[in-house]
Amino acid sequence: MSQITEHPAHLQHHFTDVHQQAESAKLGMWIFLLTEVLLFGGLFCFYAIYRSWNPDMFHNAHAFLNVWMGATNTVVLIVSSLTMALAIRSMQLGKRKLTMWFLAGTVLLACVFMVIKYFEYSHKIHLGQLPGKWYFFEGIAGTNPHIFFSAYFLMTGLHGFHVLGGIGVITWLFIKTARGSFSPEYYTPIEMTGLYWHLVDLIWIFLFPLFYLIG
Amino acid sequence: MKDDAAQRHILPLNLYLAVGSGLLVLTVITVVVAQMDFGPMNLLIAMGIAVIKATLVAMFFMHLKYDNKIYMLVFSGSLLFLGVFIIFTMFDTLRRGDIYEEIAEPYLKEAVIYRKAETTTALSHPAADTSNTASDTVTSDH
Repeated sequence: MSQITEHPAHLQHHFTDVHQQAESAKLGMWIFLLTEVLLFGGLFCFYAIYRSWNPDMFHNAHAFLNVWMGATNTVVLIVSSLTMALAIRSMQLGKRKLTMWFLAGTVLLACVFMVIKYFEYSHKIHLGQLPGKWYFFEGIAGTNPHIFFSAYFLMTGLHGFHVLGGIGVITWLFIKTARGSFSPEYYTPIEMTGLYWHLVDLIWIFLFPLFYLIG
Repeated sequence: MKDDAAQRHILPLNLYLAVGSGLLVLTVITVVVAQMDFGPMNLLIAMGIAVIKATLVAMFFMHLKYDNKIYMLVFSGSLLFLGVFIIFTMFDTLRRGDIYEEIAEPYLKEAVIYRKAETTTALSHPAADTSNTASDTVTSDH
């Protein structure tokens, strides 16, 4: 009997109960994150090959990145990950207003990240530190410094698109939360977006030392 | 609804704040340490700190420590295959020069011009450049 009476609006018909539904969503999300790891993995492999072939050039070229901008962006993303985790916690506790504040904070920090990235990119584009055939900067000792900037723009660029995607989805979550679509019983979209957002943070945790802190 | 509380595992606020602060402290450490020179250890230290940070994010922010272990398995699986991908590629690309040297040996004796071209200009194809690759590897990461 309880099976029939206990049927919340957010439970889809093809799931036994809300618990199974939430677990299924989470498994699907983790499999998506697996493909994300492998997507970035191709670029990490590209980086490993060319850095091992040109260690001195990578060292010389990395000096043209601004460590403080990179470090600031690392802090910004870590704090945004924290606010995202706290947004989920607030919804678990049923604090809708607080969830909205944390989601707004996450979007704001993500925008700060993109603004800093914009300043970094425009500076490099201005100097001609660009990938492949567009490279025209002179002043980096070593063979083929354009390879470093190919890796830099491809990896931080793909990561940047993920941040932009995150901004869009979290804004959507903010609107849904404001409309009261979530509750302590159902907040799966916030939780799944949280997983995505933490992975974006996690990838940046590796990109930062690999580009800005080449010893 | 049986294990509602179990599946939700609401973590204490202080835990999130502690993990967040830990991540910020580790960020400061990695920047400070990068200003010092530990020779070839530089890359290992930077990656070691990044791995600790990534573990904190995955375990606490992504709840892997508390969730069903199947998610841990999926995630570890992706990292395992990423490792296979990169390490096996490195077996090839790092040792490629050695093979080229053996094959090139009989020809290089005759053709001075190749050796000269190899050591001075270098190379749209860095792997073919055995002498440079070897010395680069030794002086790497400083």
